[in-house]
Amino acid sequence: MPASSDRSRARASSAVSAAAAPYPVVVMDAAGHVAELNDAAQALLPRARVGEALSSPGWLAAAAPGTGSVSGAVGEGFFSAHPSALTGGDTAWWLVEETAYRSAVSELETERERTRFLVEASSALLASLNLPRCMEVTARLAAEHLADAALVIAPTSAKKLPVVVCDQHGRLVHSTVSGAVQRVPGLPEALRGFPPVPSRWIDPAAAPDWLVPDGFGEVGSVAITPLPGHGVPAGALVLLRRAPQAAFSESEEAFAGLFAARAGVALSAARLYAEQNAITDILMRDLLPPTLRQVEGVEFAGGYRASVDTDRIGGDFYDVHLAGQDGPEAESLAVLGDVAGKGLEAAVLTGKIRNTLHALLPLGGDHGQMLRLLNNALRNAHSTRFVTLVLASARRAERGVHLRLTSAGHPPPLILRRDGSVEEADTGGSLIGVLPEIVTRTAELRLAPGETCLLYTDGVTEAKGGPLGDTMFGEERLQRALRGCAGMPAEAVVERVRMLAGEWIGDGSHDDIAVLAITAPRGAHPGAVDGTIPGRCTA
Amino acid sequence: MTNAAAPGLDDEPGPHRIGARLAPAFGHEQAGEWADKLFAAVRTADEYSALDVVTGALGAGLDAETILLEVIGAVQHKVGIEWAADRMSVADEHAATAINDRVIAALPVQRPGTFLGKVTVACVDKEWHALPARLLAETLRLRGWQVAYLGAQVPTAHLISHIHRTGADAVCLSAALSTRLPLAHAAITAVQAIGTPVMVGGLAFGADGRYARRLGADAWAPEARAAADRLAAGPLPEPRPPHQMADDLPHLADQEYILVTQSSRTLVRATVQRLRERFPAMAHYDDDQRERTAEDIAHIVDFLTAALYVDDPDLFTGFLAWTAGVLTARGVPDRSLLPGLDLLEEQLRDFPRARRLLDAGRTALTARP
Repeated sequence: MPASSDRSRARASSAVSAAAAPYPVVVMDAAGHVAELNDAAQALLPRARVGEALSSPGWLAAAAPGTGSVSGAVGEGFFSAHPSALTGGDTAWWLVEETAYRSAVSELETERERTRFLVEASSALLASLNLPRCMEVTARLAAEHLADAALVIAPTSAKKLPVVVCDQHGRLVHSTVSGAVQRVPGLPEALRGFPPVPSRWIDPAAAPDWLVPDGFGEVGSVAITPLPGHGVPAGALVLLRRAPQAAFSESEEAFAGLFAARAGVALSAARLYAEQNAITDILMRDLLPPTLRQVEGVEFAGGYRASVDTDRIGGDFYDVHLAGQDGPEAESLAVLGDVAGKGLEAAVLTGKIRNTLHALLPLGGDHGQMLRLLNNALRNAHSTRFVTLVLASARRAERGVHLRLTSAGHPPPLILRRDGSVEEADTGGSLIGVLPEIVTRTAELRLAPGETCLLYTDGVTEAKGGPLGDTMFGEERLQRALRGCAGMPAEAVVERVRMLAGEWIGDGSHDDIAVLAITAPRGAHPGAVDGTIPGRCTA
Repeated sequence: MTNAAAPGLDDEPGPHRIGARLAPAFGHEQAGEWADKLFAAVRTADEYSALDVVTGALGAGLDAETILLEVIGAVQHKVGIEWAADRMSVADEHAATAINDRVIAALPVQRPGTFLGKVTVACVDKEWHALPARLLAETLRLRGWQVAYLGAQVPTAHLISHIHRTGADAVCLSAALSTRLPLAHAAITAVQAIGTPVMVGGLAFGADGRYARRLGADAWAPEARAAADRLAAGPLPEPRPPHQMADDLPHLADQEYILVTQSSRTLVRATVQRLRERFPAMAHYDDDQRERTAEDIAHIVDFLTAALYVDDPDLFTGFLAWTAGVLTARGVPDRSLLPGLDLLEEQLRDFPRARRLLDAGRTALTARP
């Protein structure tokens, strides 16, 4: 290496002649003229002449001997020049070729850059399971790192395919495209997952308008890459470069393919997630607790919390069937119940019970008959599960609400009076789905304005926790809590009970919890509410 | 300890705890007048008069956003103050919130045709003070955002699944009680991990938003209008790359938070037991009074662990000062909090950070006039 020859020359500069050196050597005098150059140097710098100033390379001509080593391009190659002082003020410049080393370093840097990008891209891509969001991330990353602008097109069963464009300023635009896809060379194939068409085969001038972002300017080159997913194509990535930049090189296209593979997996996962969710949502739609509406003269409010935080449904349920017609005889039916068991299986049975009760609505005038029919239906269903529930028929009465309440093996509803007293409704009966014959006892009572009837499941009263961590919430505590709720609107009663139960449970585990309040509205002008507030729902 | 059956402190609003600090300094000139009228209606749980007030305010030319934030928001703020001063009961407060909720639902919807983007608004898990979040959701709707409002007590798992399903440009998380900060941190980290930026608000994060920064939220807003302005000013910064919660809070490495949280119920039981031994008067307490005492101790422990979590004595002393104010308003001497602090310190000998917090708490209480 030059270091060792530098040292030997420094001690005995005359011992080694420049002509014999294994490197190109140029000796410059103090005035900057070439004093001597060996054959290797002459071959490298054919225009250099002894006695003249060095015309090229400029970086060597400009180098002052005191500055140490310099480097720069010579023709196609890359050299560094190391000076050593000679007697008489001359400087010998030893030229060492570094072309291969330089290109290896730069390739390594490029590869490192790409690896870093792929790792970052993977974590950004895999973060979200939302398809539009994944398309945005793919388009943005591609536009930032692979091209000037990028489009992601997702294949769907629909006729219009969703497209996300990221332009040269990083702006994202969502749109759709239909038949036009077929007329872009290579795009239909990419959407079906066939290998990419080399970009030099695609005429950038033929790129249709929808492919080019507004204000993009002249398209210099186009590359189209399929996004391979989990066994099925997940879409296509279109990369656009502005003129007059060079077309995509083979190595750039190969790299785009690596990125596309990662993006494809992410898009495919997001699509599967969306498809599964769509199915779950449809199946679950009828199992979710309903959003309750106020009806004329009766307030309903409900609250629900499944035992498992990730679930939205469980073995507790409530439902309110509003009166079919208006008028004083119109009667709404509310039901709240608890199926033995937890989780999805229990939730499926709540759906069956809710459907059955819906079908039995015309018999709402006779709770006993309804429950007997439900009992038969459940017993015939070869299910070992049973249910406890409360039926509540509510109808507007003169300045208040008339209620008929029937409990089937369920804790009786609590009635909160205006004066803050709480009483249990006098109703009881067998649980449903076990015995061939059931007995029921219906309570009839009247709520004055501001009074509330609370239906609840044992998830409230059997909640364990409290400040000491192991105490049962209990009916006594529930009744005490209710006494503080006199005169409150239905939602406020429900919120209060849920909040107290929630605080009581703290971080502990709990059963499903369902609460339903039926309240006779207090206020100056009952009936005026619904006219002025269309479509009002409980929060 | 509180030797009278003081109302439970768990469920109360108050300047220290509720996030409804919504009355801006530059209010609409008429707003205060309408707020007074609405408060009178809400105070008597008169839903129909409340609706009339809002209809009247609209007729007088107030815009919907002013009514939301300077009339309804101001009323809710006042409700918190009235409760703390013992001029309203818990029931009154719940009724007021329910009526305010109905009044919001009755506001006419005039959304601009512009579509600014999608925002999800939710309360942190266990946080049931939903009205501040609701006011923000309505404000954002009025300004042209497509808002998914998830309500109170949103488990983080639900929130994440909702964002995966629907996508969101930003998530706004609300929490009123500082004891929710560990859960808020979990929610912030989880939402950021799926590539969505988070803005937080509510008094839980400190009046100056200091806990928002400490927990790594991407933005913080002191009230609904500031939040809406921030979102209008441009997209929130891309969230940080996925990371562990402990990366934000290196002091958690001392395990004090974990250990004190795990033993919190044992700590409460032991403290109540020792109080009974030292204060013979407690032997005559009825069940209700005993439970209240245990609840008060449990609250001190909850705020203590929250202060351990964010490593800030101000959180703990702020809670104690607020509690002392509430007790004083109810005729209970605020010094009654001191024995509980002493007993907790006895049991937390091995936890230097916790002891420093309890010391600071004692100093703050003794310094009160």
